[in-house]
Amino acid sequence: MPATTVAKLVDTSLCIGCKACEVACQEWNDQEFTLGVFNNTYQTQPDLTPSFWNLIKFNEHVDDGVNSWLMAKYQCMHCADPGCLKACPAPGAIVQLPNGIVDFKQDNCIGCGYCITGCPFDVPRLSPTSKKVYKCSLCSDRVGAGMTPACIRTCPTNCLTFGSRTDLVQLAEIRTAELKEDGFKDAGIYDGPGVGGTNVMYVLKHASEPEKYGLPKDPRIPWTVSLWKGPLKWAANAAFLGTAVGAMLHYLKFGPKETHDDDEVA
Amino acid sequence: MLPVNRRQFLQAGAAVTATAFGFRLEAASAVARELKIARTNQVQSVCPYCAVGCGVVIHTTGERVKNARPTVVHIEGDPDSPVNRGTLCSKGISLKEFVVNDRRLTKPQYRAAGSGEWTDISWDDAIQKIARRIKDTRDKGFQEQDAQGRTVNRLDTLGLIGGCTDTNEINYLLGKFRFGLGILPYENQARL
Repeated sequence: MPATTVAKLVDTSLCIGCKACEVACQEWNDQEFTLGVFNNTYQTQPDLTPSFWNLIKFNEHVDDGVNSWLMAKYQCMHCADPGCLKACPAPGAIVQLPNGIVDFKQDNCIGCGYCITGCPFDVPRLSPTSKKVYKCSLCSDRVGAGMTPACIRTCPTNCLTFGSRTDLVQLAEIRTAELKEDGFKDAGIYDGPGVGGTNVMYVLKHASEPEKYGLPKDPRIPWTVSLWKGPLKWAANAAFLGTAVGAMLHYLKFGPKETHDDDEVA
Repeated sequence: MLPVNRRQFLQAGAAVTATAFGFRLEAASAVARELKIARTNQVQSVCPYCAVGCGVVIHTTGERVKNARPTVVHIEGDPDSPVNRGTLCSKGISLKEFVVNDRRLTKPQYRAAGSGEWTDISWDDAIQKIARRIKDTRDKGFQEQDAQGRTVNRLDTLGLIGGCTDTNEINYLLGKFRFGLGILPYENQARL
């Protein structure tokens, strides 16, 4: 039986911006608590860092003169078809577990940063000190032991839920229907179309405009990475093999290279 | 010893080489990370911050280990607590930093009146000082009768504050203590 694909559902309409998930992530992964950067918003800091894998974005939104926040949890999306994995040249540095978690193994990472290019959501961060790339692991250690990820365990509003992907899709549909009843006609689900679906899904009040939440509307693996790891890879393999076969055929047909004594004199 | 001919020797050699170089051993190591709380002792407790009183589970390692100091490695919400059902706020989930912290006070300090300096004192000294002050305050401020001559037996000049982590038993003892001294002003953390 194949392992159940696990998923995380972020119901952005229930997020109160308490940032408990950010702290839980820091605490569980033994990251250093550092001062954030103030940039005139309520966000902890403007962007993810190698030691800060989970950021709540306080997207400011004005609707008919009413200010509101469109909260979005910014972390690894655990794509079904991960661009980072596609771009990674180091064997075993990026793995996709049978339950759908995409995890980075820093022991095997060579620090080339290709995964940063490959990621359609701009998530991996290269550490300038250790020269390795870091991102959310969906607490693969906790999930492996039958526990829920740290951020989900701590969320006080049930904004975050964790479970099998099929269950969470149903839950997301129920929540979307409730939001529509409440007057949010544009409510919907966001699960990263274009990368085969992501295992981090969102319920959005403004589903037709995910850019408002800082989510790309149509995330795609960059065509350079697809070309390089697709056709170009096979072309290069064929060229490599062709060289070897050609050299062998040449040897069989013409024999070894003949050397003359005069060459050495000259 | 088994007789090995040249062909068998070469086959075995090729198999060894293929195992060493031809197969990816990384796949075997592609398992989940090690769980840092896999071998911890777990103790239930109550978050000391606000008045909600969320249940927490404290994970420690090194307990009953000789020549090692037990340390708190992780604190998270207690799923069995009816108050928070395993969740915690951003302050509560950072409790480990509160326990394992260089700047944490681990012994009583005393600042004399008018002084700007805190000095370390022993627990005995601290309890002595507190007891002395309670006794002095009570001797000075205790009222047996009010202005109309009614018996009140009260102490207005001392107050009592309870904390959210106080259990029923502690609160019972605090109540005894309060009525014994005649303290009237009392407050709990829920309204602070």
